[in-house]
Amino acid sequence: MSKSEPPPLAKAAGKPLQWLTKLSDSSVAQKVVYRGAKAGMRAAGAAASAVFTATQKLSKPARLDRPDTPSRFDLNMTDEQRMMRDMLARFGNDEMRPAAEAADEACAPPAALLQQSHELGISLLAIPEALGGAAEQRSMVSNALVAEELARGDMGLALAMLSPHAVATALVDWGAAEQQAKYLPAFAGDDFVPAAIALVEPMPVFDPARPQTGAVATGDGGWKLHGSKTMVPLGETAELFVVAATILGVGPRLFLVERGAPGLEVTPAPTMGLRAAGLCRLDFDGVRIDRSAMLGEPGREGFDFDAFIDRARIAWCDMAVGGAQAVLDYVKTYVNDRKAFGEPVSNRQSVAFMVADIAIELEGMRLMTYRAASRAEQGKSVRRESYLAKAQCATKGMKIGTDGVQLLGGHGFIKDHPVERWYRHLRGVGIYEGALLV
Amino acid sequence: MINLEIPKKLKPIIAQANMVGANVFRPISRKYDTAEHAYPKELDMLAALMDGINDSGKGSGASAGGLAQADASKEEGVRNGANMATVLGMVELCWGDCGLALTIPRQGLGNAAIAAVATPEQKKRFGKVWAAMAITEPGAGSDSAAIRTTATLDGDEWVINGEKIFVTAGERANAVVVWASLDLSAGRATIKSFVVPKGTPGMQVVRLDKKLGIRASDTATLSFNDCRIPKDNILGSAEFDTKKSFAGVMKTFDNTRPVVAAMAIGVARASLELATKILAKANVHPDYAKSATEMSAIEDELYRLEAELEAARLLTLKAAWMADNRIPNSMEASMAKAKAGRVANEITLRCVELCGPIGYGETELLEKWARDSKILDIFEGTQQIQMLIVARRLLGKTSADLR
Repeated sequence: MSKSEPPPLAKAAGKPLQWLTKLSDSSVAQKVVYRGAKAGMRAAGAAASAVFTATQKLSKPARLDRPDTPSRFDLNMTDEQRMMRDMLARFGNDEMRPAAEAADEACAPPAALLQQSHELGISLLAIPEALGGAAEQRSMVSNALVAEELARGDMGLALAMLSPHAVATALVDWGAAEQQAKYLPAFAGDDFVPAAIALVEPMPVFDPARPQTGAVATGDGGWKLHGSKTMVPLGETAELFVVAATILGVGPRLFLVERGAPGLEVTPAPTMGLRAAGLCRLDFDGVRIDRSAMLGEPGREGFDFDAFIDRARIAWCDMAVGGAQAVLDYVKTYVNDRKAFGEPVSNRQSVAFMVADIAIELEGMRLMTYRAASRAEQGKSVRRESYLAKAQCATKGMKIGTDGVQLLGGHGFIKDHPVERWYRHLRGVGIYEGALLV
Repeated sequence: MINLEIPKKLKPIIAQANMVGANVFRPISRKYDTAEHAYPKELDMLAALMDGINDSGKGSGASAGGLAQADASKEEGVRNGANMATVLGMVELCWGDCGLALTIPRQGLGNAAIAAVATPEQKKRFGKVWAAMAITEPGAGSDSAAIRTTATLDGDEWVINGEKIFVTAGERANAVVVWASLDLSAGRATIKSFVVPKGTPGMQVVRLDKKLGIRASDTATLSFNDCRIPKDNILGSAEFDTKKSFAGVMKTFDNTRPVVAAMAIGVARASLELATKILAKANVHPDYAKSATEMSAIEDELYRLEAELEAARLLTLKAAWMADNRIPNSMEASMAKAKAGRVANEITLRCVELCGPIGYGETELLEKWARDSKILDIFEGTQQIQMLIVARRLLGKTSADLR
């Protein structure tokens, strides 16, 4: 955004939220605009403080319905989705791109930028109105489009921005009434609340369906957690973790662990890429949690650990699609501008065909990802689709990353251009499980 | 609203085409692969059936001809129409046998061209013929603007001279749509297409090619020596605009490339399904829930091929969807053709390899499909031509910049 425009918070109360005010349902729009305006009135820079206190009682969990999808092959976004994408595209270009390199270096996202992303209303769309959000339906496709567009800005920053959204989504879809009442209002509040889903463990061949972190029942019905997690976004600041752990003889479940729980140690654990997300390692040494901290009773409320993994995979596909789109956009301009032997390097088939291949594979990745997201939204099984999409996005996404650097030659290898960062980011897609949800 | 599932209303067409593939094509697949150039008489009945379907007005059979035959859908809003129906039907037919699918009477590429541009009078005359398409020449393959066949007006007749190669159904068809130039000195804008009925003096089948695959489909070399056809056998106008005409002729490819992509998808799916079945006997049981340590290299490879196939399939559906909704799709059609062509070839070859001697032997159809698939990355525009089209569009290049 140009320097002459209003400061971020005022902007959040005004223009960027226009896309929401255009929604047909005025109650949703009014709610978001009210919150945006309220955020705009407050002084910028107020420290985020997540105080999880149940301010209301819920008699039953507040869930979101699925939208009705007509039986028709269609690649058109809804008007709402298109407006949201336009807004996020501007945010990605104007706010995320300029901040990405420094955040990567610092291994931490700028707090003000996270706050800005929160004020765009992303989390509100994950949370039902009853709990202070603006969502009336659960749209995996909308979630997918949001992730893709933020990742196009920067995958590392997108991971940080979407991490609490994933936690909120898990609470909405699988949380019990008391859990929702306690935690969700904070995520729907004025401030960005750092939180993260912890699934990946520090081992060479990690199987997401069988976490080694264990939950052992204590005599009073609670649990003790033992084990380690890594690649946990926002680890140092997170107020709440959703931890995947296996109950011996029962299977893997998700547990809510608040920041500062005795026995929980958080250590920065930077990786090759996605560093802006502030990735950490968590060590659980007999961390004691209440019996009420299990998310999603087995067999109740449709909780299914496999579905949790599948929806995370779709989200990672979206990340890859956005990241690869950034590469394509960048190299298209570069190879047309860069001259060698007296003409643009793009006049050579060896160069032009590489770019064409990036476009073809990227479109294949995108369509597979949209199909998986749309199936999830329709309540259809996505076991196959999420697996295949993730495999394709991991392989082709990385190929696009490495071709992106190759097309810039030596210039691609140095940090004057973002392609080396995107190369590092895209390697993460094949490794990551969990952390995000559509 | 984004949804990439097959719409309910097209499922009957898919089921019908699949039945033809399974019950009509598969039982005679090996027979006509072995007896190359023998006429598959079993298809006459099928052709009659398809004529009936087309005449019933419910159209949109699984043929290239069905593309333009199906009347413009009156559906409001987003359409899943003739292009998508054709693509989905073609996948199933070619899952059965793509050589046989190419030689269904009266469903030739020439029929698509006639249906697309013929006048009502011509449609009446040529509507029931089986029309082949003759473009390629010994000296002009991908470079179709370089054709040397000429058409000269002499009184009430066009006189055609030249040689055409690789004419699919060139012997079996009742007519051939021939690309010829009205004036070789005036460039590619003068290229027009002409309907030459079988038996016209001067047109001769010179030879039938022996091929690597799709052997059930005849591929002919045709010669034209002072071959005279009526003046009104020209498709489209005899005028030419040096700026536009060629693009007009080439545009028919935007609709047919997704159909060839669909053929590739059908063959590839057949291979992958059969290979998976054969490999099950060798204790290979793909399961998406298996962890990386439990999975065998072969299982992992099957998933990889399946993912590639799915990418190609969705690119193809996208191109067809765009055509149905009148969104210009030249680049997307080429993307689909490029991806499907190479992926199908890779999948069919890999399935032969994965099944070892069972895949390589003639008792199964895997080796046949691996031969059939090669042409799908060549005809209707080679892989390399598709890449040129995509790259030029993507990078805003002219054909002079990027050659």
